[in-house]
Amino acid sequence: MSAVTFFPPLLGGLTLGLGALWLLYSLGRVAGISGIVWGALAGPDRDWRWLFLAGLLGGGAITHWVFELPLPAESTASLGLLISSGLLVGFGTRFGGGCTSGHGVCGIGRRSPRSVIATLVFMIFGMLTVYVARHVLGGGV
Amino acid sequence: MKAWSALAAGILFGLGLTLSGMSDPLKVLGFLDVSGNWIPDLALVMGGALVVSLAATPWVLKRAAPRFATQFHVPAIRTIDKRLAIGAMLFGIGWGLSGYCPGPALVSLLYGYETTMIFCLAMIAGMLIEGALRRSKIA
Repeated sequence: MSAVTFFPPLLGGLTLGLGALWLLYSLGRVAGISGIVWGALAGPDRDWRWLFLAGLLGGGAITHWVFELPLPAESTASLGLLISSGLLVGFGTRFGGGCTSGHGVCGIGRRSPRSVIATLVFMIFGMLTVYVARHVLGGGV
Repeated sequence: MKAWSALAAGILFGLGLTLSGMSDPLKVLGFLDVSGNWIPDLALVMGGALVVSLAATPWVLKRAAPRFATQFHVPAIRTIDKRLAIGAMLFGIGWGLSGYCPGPALVSLLYGYETTMIFCLAMIAGMLIEGALRRSKIA
Protein backbone atom coordinates (compact mmCIF):
# COMPACT_ATOMS: atom_id res chain seq x y z
CA MET A 1 0.00 0.00 0.00
CA SER A 2 1.64 3.24 -1.08
CA ALA A 3 1.15 6.67 0.50
CA VAL A 4 -0.92 7.72 -2.51
CA THR A 5 -3.53 5.00 -2.03
CA PHE A 6 -3.23 5.14 1.75
CA PHE A 7 -4.02 8.80 2.25
CA PRO A 8 -7.48 9.36 0.68
CA PRO A 9 -9.22 6.52 2.53
CA LEU A 10 -7.74 7.57 5.85
CA LEU A 11 -8.57 11.24 5.31
CA GLY A 12 -12.05 10.30 4.11
CA GLY A 13 -12.62 8.08 7.13
CA LEU A 14 -11.52 10.79 9.55
CA THR A 15 -13.76 13.34 7.78
CA LEU A 16 -16.87 11.22 7.84
CA GLY A 17 -16.11 10.29 11.45
CA LEU A 18 -16.08 14.01 12.27
CA GLY A 19 -19.41 14.45 10.49
CA ALA A 20 -20.95 11.67 12.58
CA LEU A 21 -19.45 13.14 15.74
CA TRP A 22 -20.75 16.62 14.95
CA LEU A 23 -24.27 15.27 14.44
CA LEU A 24 -24.15 13.57 17.84
CA TYR A 25 -22.62 16.57 19.59
CA SER A 26 -24.90 19.19 18.05
CA LEU A 27 -28.25 17.44 17.66
CA GLY A 28 -27.81 14.24 19.68
CA ARG A 29 -28.52 12.09 16.63
CA VAL A 30 -26.83 8.96 15.29
CA ALA A 31 -25.42 9.29 11.76
CA GLY A 32 -26.81 5.99 10.53
CA ILE A 33 -27.66 6.49 6.89
CA SER A 34 -30.25 3.70 6.58
CA GLY A 35 -32.08 5.05 9.65
CA ILE A 36 -31.88 8.63 8.38
CA VAL A 37 -33.29 7.64 4.97
CA TRP A 38 -36.13 5.74 6.61
CA GLY A 39 -36.86 8.59 9.01
CA ALA A 40 -36.77 11.14 6.18
CA LEU A 41 -39.49 9.14 4.41
CA ALA A 42 -41.57 7.89 7.33
CA GLY A 43 -40.97 10.56 9.97
CA PRO A 44 -41.15 11.86 12.65
CA ASP A 45 -38.57 14.69 12.71
CA ARG A 46 -38.08 14.74 8.95
CA ASP A 47 -36.41 18.15 8.63
CA TRP A 48 -32.93 17.51 10.03
CA ARG A 49 -32.79 14.23 8.10
CA TRP A 50 -33.50 15.83 4.73
CA LEU A 51 -30.95 18.53 5.52
CA PHE A 52 -28.36 15.90 6.42
CA LEU A 53 -29.05 14.04 3.17
CA ALA A 54 -28.83 17.27 1.16
CA GLY A 55 -25.49 17.92 2.84
CA LEU A 56 -24.36 14.38 2.00
CA LEU A 57 -24.82 15.07 -1.71
CA GLY A 58 -23.33 18.55 -1.26
CA GLY A 59 -20.19 17.04 0.27
CA GLY A 60 -19.89 14.68 -2.69
CA ALA A 61 -20.30 17.61 -5.08
CA ILE A 62 -17.45 19.44 -3.32
CA THR A 63 -15.16 16.41 -3.75
CA HIS A 64 -15.81 16.02 -7.46
CA TRP A 65 -16.52 19.56 -8.64
CA VAL A 66 -14.42 21.70 -6.28
CA PHE A 67 -11.50 19.38 -5.53
CA GLU A 68 -12.02 17.85 -8.98
CA LEU A 69 -11.50 14.23 -8.03
CA PRO A 70 -12.54 12.01 -10.96
CA LEU A 71 -15.95 10.31 -10.79
CA PRO A 72 -15.86 6.57 -10.05
CA ALA A 73 -16.84 4.28 -12.94
CA GLU A 74 -20.43 3.07 -13.16
CA SER A 75 -21.30 -0.29 -11.60
CA THR A 76 -21.22 -3.19 -14.06
CA ALA A 77 -23.84 -5.17 -12.13
CA SER A 78 -26.82 -6.49 -14.09
CA LEU A 79 -30.34 -5.19 -13.53
CA GLY A 80 -31.30 -8.33 -11.59
CA LEU A 81 -28.24 -8.09 -9.39
CA LEU A 82 -28.83 -4.39 -8.67
CA ILE A 83 -32.45 -4.97 -7.71
CA SER A 84 -31.74 -7.96 -5.47
CA SER A 85 -28.82 -6.13 -3.90
CA GLY A 86 -30.91 -3.03 -3.21
CA LEU A 87 -33.82 -5.02 -1.77
CA LEU A 88 -31.49 -6.96 0.55
CA VAL A 89 -29.64 -3.83 1.68
CA GLY A 90 -32.88 -1.92 2.33
CA PHE A 91 -34.63 -4.79 4.09
CA GLY A 92 -31.56 -5.99 5.99
CA THR A 93 -30.47 -2.62 7.33
CA ARG A 94 -33.95 -1.85 8.67
CA PHE A 95 -34.41 -5.36 10.08
CA GLY A 96 -31.01 -5.32 11.76
CA GLY A 97 -31.29 -1.72 12.91
CA GLY A 98 -28.40 -0.19 11.00
CA CYS A 99 -25.75 -0.27 8.32
CA THR A 100 -22.05 0.47 7.87
CA SER A 101 -22.44 3.94 9.38
CA GLY A 102 -24.97 3.42 12.18
CA HIS A 103 -23.53 0.15 13.46
CA GLY A 104 -20.02 0.24 12.01
CA VAL A 105 -19.01 3.79 12.92
CA CYS A 106 -21.45 5.24 15.48
CA GLY A 107 -22.44 2.06 17.32
CA ILE A 108 -18.91 0.76 17.78
CA GLY A 109 -17.95 4.28 18.93
CA ARG A 110 -20.54 3.90 21.72
CA ARG A 111 -19.10 0.44 22.52
CA SER A 112 -22.50 -1.09 21.72
CA PRO A 113 -22.18 -4.90 21.71
CA ARG A 114 -25.04 -5.10 19.19
CA SER A 115 -23.16 -2.93 16.74
CA VAL A 116 -19.92 -4.87 17.12
CA ILE A 117 -21.76 -8.12 16.33
CA ALA A 118 -23.76 -6.59 13.46
CA THR A 119 -20.60 -5.15 11.90
CA LEU A 120 -18.75 -8.47 12.11
CA VAL A 121 -21.74 -10.28 10.60
CA PHE A 122 -22.27 -7.94 7.63
CA MET A 123 -18.54 -7.74 6.91
CA ILE A 124 -18.20 -11.53 6.92
CA PHE A 125 -21.32 -12.01 4.80
CA GLY A 126 -20.23 -9.31 2.37
CA MET A 127 -16.89 -11.07 1.95
CA LEU A 128 -18.52 -14.50 1.66
CA THR A 129 -20.90 -13.20 -1.01
CA VAL A 130 -18.06 -11.77 -3.10
CA TYR A 131 -16.11 -15.00 -2.60
CA VAL A 132 -18.99 -17.16 -3.80
CA ALA A 133 -19.90 -14.83 -6.69
CA ARG A 134 -16.36 -14.38 -8.00
CA HIS A 135 -14.50 -17.55 -7.08
CA VAL A 136 -17.12 -20.30 -6.76
CA LEU A 137 -19.71 -19.32 -9.36
CA GLY A 138 -17.17 -17.33 -11.39
CA GLY A 139 -19.71 -14.58 -12.02
CA GLY A 140 -21.04 -11.58 -10.18
CA VAL A 141 -19.37 -8.23 -10.59
CA MET B 1 -28.58 26.38 14.33
CA LYS B 2 -30.25 22.98 14.10
CA ALA B 3 -30.63 23.18 10.34
CA TRP B 4 -27.08 24.39 9.89
CA SER B 5 -25.74 21.58 12.10
CA ALA B 6 -27.53 18.82 10.21
CA LEU B 7 -26.38 20.23 6.89
CA ALA B 8 -22.77 20.57 8.09
CA ALA B 9 -22.74 17.00 9.42
CA GLY B 10 -24.08 15.75 6.08
CA ILE B 11 -21.47 17.72 4.12
CA LEU B 12 -18.61 16.27 6.19
CA PHE B 13 -20.07 12.79 5.81
CA GLY B 14 -20.51 13.15 2.06
CA LEU B 15 -17.02 14.61 1.66
CA GLY B 16 -15.57 11.69 3.61
CA LEU B 17 -17.47 9.03 1.65
CA THR B 18 -16.37 10.40 -1.71
CA LEU B 19 -12.77 11.31 -0.80
CA SER B 20 -12.25 7.86 0.65
CA GLY B 21 -13.27 5.88 -2.45
CA MET B 22 -16.33 4.34 -0.77
CA SER B 23 -18.57 5.72 -3.54
CA ASP B 24 -16.79 3.45 -6.05
CA PRO B 25 -18.69 0.14 -5.89
CA LEU B 26 -15.97 -1.74 -7.79
CA LYS B 27 -13.36 -0.65 -5.26
CA VAL B 28 -15.65 -1.73 -2.42
CA LEU B 29 -16.06 -5.15 -4.03
CA GLY B 30 -12.26 -5.29 -4.30
CA PHE B 31 -12.06 -4.64 -0.57
CA LEU B 32 -14.57 -7.42 0.15
CA ASP B 33 -12.69 -9.82 -2.17
CA VAL B 34 -10.18 -10.97 0.45
CA SER B 35 -9.19 -14.14 -1.40
CA GLY B 36 -8.74 -12.44 -4.79
CA ASN B 37 -6.90 -9.25 -5.73
CA TRP B 38 -7.64 -7.78 -2.35
CA ILE B 39 -7.73 -3.94 -2.15
CA PRO B 40 -7.10 -3.39 1.58
CA ASP B 41 -7.10 0.43 1.46
CA LEU B 42 -10.76 0.82 2.34
CA ALA B 43 -10.15 -0.72 5.77
CA LEU B 44 -8.63 2.67 6.55
CA VAL B 45 -11.98 4.38 5.97
CA MET B 46 -13.59 2.55 8.83
CA GLY B 47 -10.29 2.74 10.72
CA GLY B 48 -10.15 6.53 10.41
CA ALA B 49 -13.82 6.97 11.24
CA LEU B 50 -13.51 4.68 14.25
CA VAL B 51 -10.50 6.54 15.63
CA VAL B 52 -12.67 9.67 15.82
CA SER B 53 -15.79 7.85 16.97
CA LEU B 54 -14.14 5.66 19.64
CA ALA B 55 -12.11 8.53 21.04
CA ALA B 56 -14.78 11.21 21.22
CA THR B 57 -18.21 9.52 21.50
CA PRO B 58 -17.98 8.69 25.24
CA TRP B 59 -16.92 12.27 25.93
CA VAL B 60 -19.87 13.67 23.94
CA LEU B 61 -22.37 11.35 25.63
CA LYS B 62 -21.17 12.45 29.07
CA ARG B 63 -22.72 15.86 28.42
CA ALA B 64 -26.16 16.50 29.91
CA ALA B 65 -27.58 17.31 26.46
CA PRO B 66 -26.49 17.93 22.87
CA ARG B 67 -25.36 21.45 22.01
CA PHE B 68 -28.49 22.47 20.06
CA ALA B 69 -31.12 19.94 21.20
CA THR B 70 -32.74 18.86 24.44
CA GLN B 71 -31.74 15.20 24.52
CA PHE B 72 -29.64 12.47 22.93
CA HIS B 73 -31.46 10.00 20.69
CA VAL B 74 -29.25 6.97 21.08
CA PRO B 75 -30.57 3.38 20.90
CA ALA B 76 -31.03 2.03 24.42
CA ILE B 77 -31.44 -1.61 23.38
CA ARG B 78 -28.37 -3.73 24.27
CA THR B 79 -29.57 -7.29 23.62
CA ILE B 80 -28.23 -9.28 20.71
CA ASP B 81 -31.21 -10.98 19.10
CA LYS B 82 -32.12 -12.92 15.98
CA ARG B 83 -33.37 -9.80 14.20
CA LEU B 84 -29.98 -8.15 14.50
CA ALA B 85 -28.12 -11.19 13.18
CA ILE B 86 -30.54 -11.90 10.31
CA GLY B 87 -30.70 -8.23 9.31
CA ALA B 88 -26.91 -7.91 9.27
CA MET B 89 -26.61 -11.16 7.27
CA LEU B 90 -29.07 -10.00 4.61
CA PHE B 91 -27.46 -6.58 4.45
CA GLY B 92 -24.00 -8.16 4.08
CA ILE B 93 -25.18 -10.36 1.21
CA GLY B 94 -26.79 -7.39 -0.52
CA TRP B 95 -23.65 -5.30 -0.03
CA GLY B 96 -21.49 -8.06 -1.53
CA LEU B 97 -23.72 -8.36 -4.62
CA SER B 98 -23.16 -4.78 -5.80
CA GLY B 99 -20.61 -3.06 -3.55
CA TYR B 100 -23.22 -0.49 -2.49
CA CYS B 101 -24.24 0.24 1.08
CA PRO B 102 -26.75 3.03 1.85
CA GLY B 103 -24.47 6.09 2.27
CA PRO B 104 -22.23 5.52 -0.76
CA ALA B 105 -25.25 4.63 -2.91
CA LEU B 106 -27.04 7.87 -2.05
CA VAL B 107 -24.05 10.10 -2.60
CA SER B 108 -23.42 8.31 -5.92
CA LEU B 109 -26.78 9.58 -7.17
CA LEU B 110 -24.77 12.71 -8.00
CA TYR B 111 -23.00 10.86 -10.79
CA GLY B 112 -26.23 10.41 -12.71
CA TYR B 113 -25.76 6.68 -13.34
CA GLU B 114 -28.89 4.65 -14.04
CA THR B 115 -27.46 1.71 -12.05
CA THR B 116 -27.25 3.82 -8.87
CA MET B 117 -30.83 5.01 -9.28
CA ILE B 118 -32.06 1.44 -9.71
CA PHE B 119 -30.15 0.34 -6.60
CA CYS B 120 -31.52 3.22 -4.51
CA LEU B 121 -35.12 2.60 -5.60
CA ALA B 122 -34.76 -1.10 -4.78
CA MET B 123 -33.22 -0.18 -1.41
CA ILE B 124 -36.17 2.03 -0.54
CA ALA B 125 -38.53 -0.73 -1.66
CA GLY B 126 -36.69 -3.11 0.69
CA MET B 127 -37.12 -0.64 3.55
CA LEU B 128 -40.85 -0.29 2.79
CA ILE B 129 -41.26 -4.08 2.76
CA GLU B 130 -39.55 -4.29 6.15
CA GLY B 131 -41.75 -1.49 7.46
CA ALA B 132 -44.90 -3.26 6.25
CA LEU B 133 -43.77 -6.53 7.82
CA ARG B 134 -43.05 -4.81 11.12
CA ARG B 135 -46.46 -3.12 11.17
CA SER B 136 -48.33 -6.30 10.29
CA LYS B 137 -46.63 -8.18 13.14
CA ILE B 138 -47.40 -5.50 15.71
CA ALA B 139 -51.02 -5.19 14.58
